[in-house]
Amino acid sequence: MNRDPKTMFTETPLVRSKFRQEAAAKWIFAGMAAAMIVPLLLILGYLVERAWPSLSLGFILDVPIRGMKEGGIWPAFVGTIYLVFISLAVSAPIGILAAVYLNEYAKDNWLNRIINLAVINLAGVPSIVHALFGLGAFVYAAKFGYSIISASLTLAIMTLPVIVASTREALASVPRSFREACWNVGATRWQTIQAIVLPNSISGILTGVILQVSRAAGETAPIMFTGAVFFKAVQKGDLFPYQLHEQCMALSMHLYTISTQVPGVKESIPFATAVVLLGLVLVVNAAAITLRVWLRNRKKW
Amino acid sequence: MTAEKHIEVQDLRLAYGTKEVIHGISFDIYRNEIFGVIGPAQSAKTSLLRCLNRTIDFSAEATVSGTVKVDGEDVRRVKDLYGLRRKIGMVAPLPVGLPISIYDNVAFAPRCAGMTRNGELDNIVEQCLRQAALWDEVKDRLDSLGTKLSGGQQQRLTIARALSHQPEILCLDEFSIAIDPVTTMRIEDVLKELRKNMTIILVTNLTQQARRLADRTMFLWNGEIIELDSNEVIFSDKTKDKRTYDYVMGIFG
Amino acid sequence: MTVPDSKQPANFSFAVREAHRPAWAVFGERTLTGLIYLCGISAIVFVLSIFVFVFKEAAPVLFGGKFSLAQFLFSTEWYPTSEVNKRYGVLAMIVGTFSVTGVAMVIAVPFGLGAAIYISEFCGPKVKETLKIVIELLAAIPSVVWGFIGLTVMSKLIVQYTGAPVGVNILNGGIILALMSVPIIVSIGEDALKAVPDSFREAGIALGATRWQLIWRVLMPAAKNGLLAAVLLGVGRGVGETMAVLMATGHAVHIPSGILDSVRTLTANIAAELGEAPAGSDHYRVLFLTGVLLFTLTFAVNLIADLIVRGIRKK
Repeated sequence: MNRDPKTMFTETPLVRSKFRQEAAAKWIFAGMAAAMIVPLLLILGYLVERAWPSLSLGFILDVPIRGMKEGGIWPAFVGTIYLVFISLAVSAPIGILAAVYLNEYAKDNWLNRIINLAVINLAGVPSIVHALFGLGAFVYAAKFGYSIISASLTLAIMTLPVIVASTREALASVPRSFREACWNVGATRWQTIQAIVLPNSISGILTGVILQVSRAAGETAPIMFTGAVFFKAVQKGDLFPYQLHEQCMALSMHLYTISTQVPGVKESIPFATAVVLLGLVLVVNAAAITLRVWLRNRKKW
Repeated sequence: MTAEKHIEVQDLRLAYGTKEVIHGISFDIYRNEIFGVIGPAQSAKTSLLRCLNRTIDFSAEATVSGTVKVDGEDVRRVKDLYGLRRKIGMVAPLPVGLPISIYDNVAFAPRCAGMTRNGELDNIVEQCLRQAALWDEVKDRLDSLGTKLSGGQQQRLTIARALSHQPEILCLDEFSIAIDPVTTMRIEDVLKELRKNMTIILVTNLTQQARRLADRTMFLWNGEIIELDSNEVIFSDKTKDKRTYDYVMGIFG
Repeated sequence: MTVPDSKQPANFSFAVREAHRPAWAVFGERTLTGLIYLCGISAIVFVLSIFVFVFKEAAPVLFGGKFSLAQFLFSTEWYPTSEVNKRYGVLAMIVGTFSVTGVAMVIAVPFGLGAAIYISEFCGPKVKETLKIVIELLAAIPSVVWGFIGLTVMSKLIVQYTGAPVGVNILNGGIILALMSVPIIVSIGEDALKAVPDSFREAGIALGATRWQLIWRVLMPAAKNGLLAAVLLGVGRGVGETMAVLMATGHAVHIPSGILDSVRTLTANIAAELGEAPAGSDHYRVLFLTGVLLFTLTFAVNLIADLIVRGIRKK
């Protein structure tokens, strides 16, 4: 055995081969991570390049002309904003309160286990099944017809479980000792939630809700049969073109329509529509992530 | 000493799931005494306190039987649960400054009780912070966060908060575990003042602290009372149970 | 040690004990608590009503007498609009769904788990944070945009490199679905690896294991269930995905013979035909029945994944 301190820690062939293996492992796994991300960045770059001739602010503000073969996307853009805000106005309060129930009120019994199961499975229901449900429940049974209301409610139910999950996570990050301190001085559950739990989790809750803005904006299947329409005539730049009981256009649906159903669309227009939708979604998401990172850095305890 | 019973505990049993941690204990605590509870870790001291103000309800798997009476009223039949909790001040082992301002920390309980007039609240906040020996250190920054105080200060803030709802009973659960000896001595002085107005239950793993402060001391071990007697008996060689003597003398535990 | 401030006489007014909350506050809190309970059980109501409403629309054809469930599940004949010989067999679509999902998993599982291993075991905190954010952004790309990418970019590449006659086929849909499932697989897989205690890693390194050995012999077995759950959730996503496969897999209703064949999935079939099926017709009801089938499938997959995840947390 080598006991000479000068050479005891030098590389033997075995050590060298181990180092090589180590480096190889690192590069292989890094390559696998990169293989998922790099092509995608290339694709996104390609989309922007193809979209470039049409991309401008005017494109967003203009209305489609000549059977959607030319022009802008304003009606679809506004329609998406309508759908997103109405659906979140419904799902955010219900989702947040449901999460408050699950995290703050629920005991560990069979009912709440079923609720948990329901939330998880609601999150897994395919979007086309949501569409069927929206059609059966809101369009026909509730007699809302094909309308913004039906489409928004369908989207709301779809976003609900994710809001519940993200809100629960935010609530659970408030230490239990704070709650116990409040209970000990005679605060009711709600007083505790209102004074301590919500103020300290509201940022996380908001982040979760903002993330759902992008999800709701991108969904197509659930609104396709409940309230989104191929085409609707709208004034250029009109901020309030739709009534709640009317159908509306939506960006995601518009992209599907012009890329598969309408022949002879000017080539860059579908690309530009995809880029606008993508940009909208990514900007909202990036904002939520920035908010989260910023809030994480100024914790109160 | 007046012999008026303030708290009566009869055949109290507590189980978490199927594991019983308190095995049917009975004792009384008299008004305005300092009642020491000593015992090694895991002897259900904290759980016992949680049975008094019924925060044990928040542990889903806990089942309680037997009776606990405060002022002659069974806590499980009490009409105003939150009033009961306010009647009992509770200081947890680890200091918890709530993530709201120091002022709001102390004003929290009175506000929850329905007190809204600012003059009264100011008065209570100052009084409680003075009683907890914290006023001089924080009077110029009542707006800063309770969580930003040092450990010792947070513990005194916790005591101030426990006093803010003007309890008749003050439970201290190993309050000195997270603070330095000097602060501990200051708080002990405070307790000697407070006993004129309230009954104090002092749960501690420092037997000497119980010896210094308590009138009577209970030795709890594995959820059973080994011995309960006046301090002259517990901290002497006249104990009835040898285990008490051994524990107090530091031979086991 | 002098304690000046504690010498204040304890002046107890018991004002707090006499204070009462105003009636409206008590009433308001009670109402709100009721509302919270109501919202709490709403999730059950929604899941049940999804099933009930979708099933209700499907039931008349299912119990109508003329319809055979066996034919629905095991026949490849799908002629919903035929005048004389209507046939409702979705086997081709079932095969389509599973072939696309299968291809997607073959691509996504190794790469997704590889990326999860890289993020959890190899890279530094800065890179990790960045990668996680990139993956989160990936997850946000709408499925219709994925479908558009499949339709325009991917199909061209496939035609160019494989010489297939059409670019919208199983391979295209599989690649698109793989890219879509990667974020789920990475994030759940990373959670599973994070759940392996550091003491395992330290023990492995102390015994002189290389990272390879550590990953194969220690981490993989320890995180096995979590990684399985990650894959299952990826499958759930793949089976349920609609727009991307609608646009990227072509529309041929037949049993595919290779990955360059076009197929139609269960989801795409509903999306493509629901608009043309008159409400209340057999065709319309069979599409809802397909919805029931999808609901049941994803329910089962998600349930199993959840049981596995929960099993890990309990440990």
